[in-house]
Amino acid sequence: MGDAVAYSIVTAGDSRSFPQGDAFLSGATAEADIVVCLGAFYSPGTHVADDARQAILVELDTECLGVHTGEHAGEEGSNVVGFARYRNGNDAPSGLVELVRQRNTNQSSIEAATRVFEAAGFKVVVCSDQAGRIIDRLVRPKYNAALRFLDEGLASAADMDLTCRLGLGYADGPIERVERGGLARHHDITQALFETYGTPGFAPARRAVVAHQRDQQRTGKRKDK
Amino acid sequence: MTQAIRKVGVCGAAGTMGAGIAIVTARAGFETVCYDLKPEALDAAGKQTAAFFDKSVGRGKMASEDRDAVLARMHTTSSLDALADCDLVIEAVFEDLKTKQQLFTALDPICAPQTIFASNTSTLSITEIASGCGREDRVVGMHFCLPAQLMKLIEMSPGMNTSQQTFDAAWAFAEQARQTPVRTQDKPGFILNALLVPFNNDVIRSIEAGVATPADIDTAIKTALGYRMGPCELLDLIGLDTQLRLCEAFYPVTLDVRSSAPPLLRRMVAAGHLGRKAGRGFYTYEGNAMFGG
Repeated sequence: MGDAVAYSIVTAGDSRSFPQGDAFLSGATAEADIVVCLGAFYSPGTHVADDARQAILVELDTECLGVHTGEHAGEEGSNVVGFARYRNGNDAPSGLVELVRQRNTNQSSIEAATRVFEAAGFKVVVCSDQAGRIIDRLVRPKYNAALRFLDEGLASAADMDLTCRLGLGYADGPIERVERGGLARHHDITQALFETYGTPGFAPARRAVVAHQRDQQRTGKRKDK
Repeated sequence: MTQAIRKVGVCGAAGTMGAGIAIVTARAGFETVCYDLKPEALDAAGKQTAAFFDKSVGRGKMASEDRDAVLARMHTTSSLDALADCDLVIEAVFEDLKTKQQLFTALDPICAPQTIFASNTSTLSITEIASGCGREDRVVGMHFCLPAQLMKLIEMSPGMNTSQQTFDAAWAFAEQARQTPVRTQDKPGFILNALLVPFNNDVIRSIEAGVATPADIDTAIKTALGYRMGPCELLDLIGLDTQLRLCEAFYPVTLDVRSSAPPLLRRMVAAGHLGRKAGRGFYTYEGNAMFGG
């Protein structure tokens, strides 16, 4: 953990990255040169632009950073940096923070964001502003494939999970992980990826579609993020 | 009643996978005939096997008399005729359909009618490998994981003509060999590679699309998911040329675009950036040291 870096927090809604009681929340100060906008995905585009700040860190869900900042012929970028702490459904958030940059995002803003999160004990990686960032872009197609294999009878869920744990050294298998994270949530993430890229690997698996439809029937409304 | 397996033949026993499988069978108490074309390669594999067991003894995992007994159960040969009285023959030869078909066809008149042929293929169809060998009902897929002497998993798959008796006997053997068999179907990549090969391609495509660096992708995957190795580290370990071969085996069969070789993979292989063995892949290597790439 590095030296503490001052940051303040503004909240637009519940944060997936730092739920109530998270130590990161108590580390904030009232006013700082780095502003962390939690729950920004509830009100995209409404963050307060402030060029005088060193960095404005906008919490993302499935949307791209460009939804908040706007985009300009591939030349977008400012002191606004996107971020998300990876979390599988309602599992406890992980120790990973994905930073999202645009082509012309200030390098000093990325470095400031990195310092803030590393000082709080997180591993920080940087990715470009693409749907799914790193983790969801890579693991969601795999979960889709595993769910399809389950439907096709390739193996039982238990055997697929066991195979990945024994054969690849994974902490958990794809079926147990995606079910624990919530198939309806998996649907929302893959639907966003599929709408963006249109490639079959991102299309929500049948089981995720079923979970989403049941969720809709049960709640009668869109599921909270 | 399940057919008893007492003596096992391993074809391709001088290779990394074959040598590992031979260790598994001999260690579990089966008489093991290690077949390979080149006697000198068998000698080299035998020395590595002895060194492996010496290490086990040195670490206190095995008594020296047990090591001696295991080594005494292992017999090397470059003659297929020496496999005549095996109850089970496991092939771990070059991953090529014709090579495997020719081997089983050659073994059919040599081995007893009840002998089971098992293929360690990771990509090919068990049904196709068995086709025309003369005992299609006694051929089964047994995909061990690398390194076989350390990994417990075996993906077990019946071909379309595999009899239940054959599958049951092979399954019982796997358990007797202290392995963990899982049942899967005769489909490209079974479970493991069907999930892993497209995933690795997605990683390569993400790098090519500028989503993140290999180092950041590895950090993200290990931190978020608890994987022991990042996918780029794993690709460097297995070899980029191996990944390309897997793609070329899968894609024509599945037509799944995620299984098709990404352009960056082809360029890396063409450039000789094959991974650890070449000293350069997604990372550069000097000895065992790893430097960010």
